Amino acid sequence: MPPTTASHPLAPALAAANQIILGKDRQLRLALSCLLARGHLLIEDLPGVGKTTLAHTLARLLGLDFQRIQFTSDMLPADILGISVFDRTGGEFRFHPGPIFTQVVLADEINRATPKAQSALLEAMEERQVTIEGATRPLPDPFFVIATQNPAYQIGTFPLPESQLDRFLMRIELGYPDRAAERALLEGRDRRALLAEARPLITPDALLAEQSRASSLRVAPPLIDYVQALVAHTRTAPEWKTGLSPRAGLGLVAAARAWALLDGRTHVLPEDVQAVLPAVAVHRLPTAGEQRSAAEVARALIEAVPLP
Amino acid sequence: MQTWWLLAAGIAAFAPLVAQLPPWLAALTTITFFWRGTLAWLRRPLPGRWLLVCVSLAGAAGVMEQYRTLFGQQAGVALLVLFLALKQLEARAPRDGLAIVLLAYFLTLTQFFENQSIPVALTMIATVVITTAALASLTDSQARPAGLVRLAGLMLAQSLPFMLILFVLFPRISGPLWGLPADAYSSLTGLSDNMSPGAINNLIQSDAIAFRVKFDNKVPAQKDLYWRGPVLALLDGRTWRPGGMTSRTSKLAYASSANAPAYAYTVTLEPHNKPWLFALEFPTTVPAIGFTTNDFQLHARRPVRERIRYDMRSQPAVQFPEEDPRLLAEALALPLLDNPRTLGLGGGWKSTGGTDEERLRRAIDFMRDQRLLYTLQPPLMSMNVADEFLFDYKRGFCEHFSAAFVVLMRAAGIPARVVTGYQGGERNPVDDTWVIRQSDAHAWAEVWLAKRGWVRVDPTAVSMPRRIEQNLAAAVPEGDSLPLLSRAGFDWLREMRFRWWAINNSWNQWVLGYDPQRQREFLQKLGMAAPDWQTMTATLAVLCGSMLLGLTGWMLWRRPRLDPVERQWRRLSRRLGKQGLARHSWEGPQDYARRIARTQPAKAAEIDRIAALYAGLRYGSLPARQIDELRRRIAAFTP
Repeated sequence: MPPTTASHPLAPALAAANQIILGKDRQLRLALSCLLARGHLLIEDLPGVGKTTLAHTLARLLGLDFQRIQFTSDMLPADILGISVFDRTGGEFRFHPGPIFTQVVLADEINRATPKAQSALLEAMEERQVTIEGATRPLPDPFFVIATQNPAYQIGTFPLPESQLDRFLMRIELGYPDRAAERALLEGRDRRALLAEARPLITPDALLAEQSRASSLRVAPPLIDYVQALVAHTRTAPEWKTGLSPRAGLGLVAAARAWALLDGRTHVLPEDVQAVLPAVAVHRLPTAGEQRSAAEVARALIEAVPLP
Repeated sequence: MQTWWLLAAGIAAFAPLVAQLPPWLAALTTITFFWRGTLAWLRRPLPGRWLLVCVSLAGAAGVMEQYRTLFGQQAGVALLVLFLALKQLEARAPRDGLAIVLLAYFLTLTQFFENQSIPVALTMIATVVITTAALASLTDSQARPAGLVRLAGLMLAQSLPFMLILFVLFPRISGPLWGLPADAYSSLTGLSDNMSPGAINNLIQSDAIAFRVKFDNKVPAQKDLYWRGPVLALLDGRTWRPGGMTSRTSKLAYASSANAPAYAYTVTLEPHNKPWLFALEFPTTVPAIGFTTNDFQLHARRPVRERIRYDMRSQPAVQFPEEDPRLLAEALALPLLDNPRTLGLGGGWKSTGGTDEERLRRAIDFMRDQRLLYTLQPPLMSMNVADEFLFDYKRGFCEHFSAAFVVLMRAAGIPARVVTGYQGGERNPVDDTWVIRQSDAHAWAEVWLAKRGWVRVDPTAVSMPRRIEQNLAAAVPEGDSLPLLSRAGFDWLREMRFRWWAINNSWNQWVLGYDPQRQREFLQKLGMAAPDWQTMTATLAVLCGSMLLGLTGWMLWRRPRLDPVERQWRRLSRRLGKQGLARHSWEGPQDYARRIARTQPAKAAEIDRIAALYAGLRYGSLPARQIDELRRRIAAFTP
């Protein structure tokens, strides 16, 4: 779906990101929509397809702080959230904030950590604040977690259960670049160098304003009908053990709003819902040993539900 | 919940049948239902298969023992009741539930085997509602009971028009739908073909309806309402029997007189398992279903085992031809040794001479002077009934009156015979029909007078005119037990009874008695020229079809009206659909516009504009008046 060129405050950032991460326009848009909808992103893919670069690029172009947490099996919650250390000079405990206290967090290979460490991150994502030793500390705003999961090597890992997957607004796959993009990638300059040159194209305040603009986009009654029909279908169709939760429905509307905003519109169309559906809905639908890709599942769902 | 519904359906189908089941089977069924209910209540598992097999075999053996067969109406119903109960105990899958529901529906129908009255029909409707609710519960186990009952009621109400059309138009077959075995008639009451003291007396204790009559216009006076039945000419000891000279004739023996009053009426006769038909004296037509005899009885060709209707005309005064001498001889025959005193009295009159009329007059005077008493509890008499009644006890019932009078007349040399039938009746002011009950059963006499022919003489009326002019209650002394409905002082009850009769009569005439003939009449009245079964079936199909069409149209109309914007959009899709470019049902406006633009690049700008207009109107906040532009552009769009 070729995007319409619209003069949108985020359009330059998106264009610049496309220069760094080649051939991944759709995923970049989804990631940006996820950020605009105040959700968190889970990327499930093999190593080396550009997960870190994507997170880094977004943070850089949007002028946000960036931290990366590499999850390991011996990781403790304190390694994420931070810890109080006795300060000899001050004669008191001082809190050393963990890497989570930043605007964009890349939680790399989240499935390698124990559920205990995972849940520390997930709680922070949900609450947008951290309570350590009785003190509640707010996380920065905007706060955006990009978690990655490696689906190929499952031995000794703790893949997130479906109930935890629900915490992520979107799950996307990056996939290999196509032939032309890969060629450009191989011929072009080092991505790190490009990243280092990149300038922020929007201020954090403007980004916050865009977030609130996205949430006020018009959603007409027929569109609500459509979302309801989609959700209802997943609840009654036999393909899935359980249907989409109300949280999924909310997420669908929020993500569709952000997608419509990136498309330069003031109202949400069914196409916006359909565009975000593979990323928003499919990881919340537990399938019984199904081998279809997210796009195929979403396609089947879309084609099963007529527009009201 | 389903279990309870199935149980309810089973009990609802079983309860009305209890009375006709053998007690042991009713008890076994009740216990089985109770067993199932207890298991469900305690959430215990169902009993094992072998136990059920044993119980079923034992039950079937019991039915076999009881009826000597497993088939036929009664045994079949009994067996099905047993299965209905036992099926409850193995209802595991929805399929079992379905079997229970179907059994319950069928058993509901069998209620009509025994009785086809309005209360039974109402019971059946209630049973069908419960059974339908149970059926609905099979598909929705979570539904609330009230919702299921409402759904069942709604479904039945929706089926009502179809039921009416099918009832009116479905080609009828003659005879009752519920084929009954021959033994079913033993309990029917009515006049028998002989008369001995006490026979009619038993009959009049019954309030059962003998027949109903609707007069076309003129109604005779109450005292002239003599409904002729069996004619008894032969005295055999204490018992009067039909004469041996009675024979079938093809046409009526007498000629109707032109200037005498004639009455036209329709009789609806209840089944009484005997062939006679009843008519006012003297019938001038013979119903198509029967024939006449030389003593003017009307007979059906077969015993009347279902309610029949026939049209009659009667004239009280007809001209008799010369009577067959053998018939007259029979009407004079008497046992030589019985009733010596009566014979003596009559013989004395005969020897003194005088005309037949004079002797008749003397006999009537004699009866009146004897101050005979009319009673429902006559004393027991020996062989000489006439003697003992006339001279000793002087108390008797219409049987005694008529029998003694005929003996007296024969002794006096006048041919006479006993006629049984019904006298009077009660007019229902609600629908103006006359109801004649078994309690109106009566016996009187006919004598042959040379110039006048057969003349009716009612010795009861001579002695006790109130019996005829009013009713039974007025004639019987205080203290005699009367049928409840014949007693005075129950006016409000009588009024309600009249209404109930009227409803019942309509039910009989229009629902149960809706036979091929009535169907033909009714349809002709509705304007169908020749209602044969082909026409009826065609009309049936057309009516049902148009009703379905109407219902479909109503549902379509009731469907939420399409938004006008959406209607325009679909119009465009329909237009483009002719070129294979119809919108997919899930396709959004932008995607659709792009697809069209790809195949028709020349129209890209226009279709983009239309799609944006549509999207803005339907999903955005474009002002509603822009719909005119959308309409214009879509109308102008030529693919």
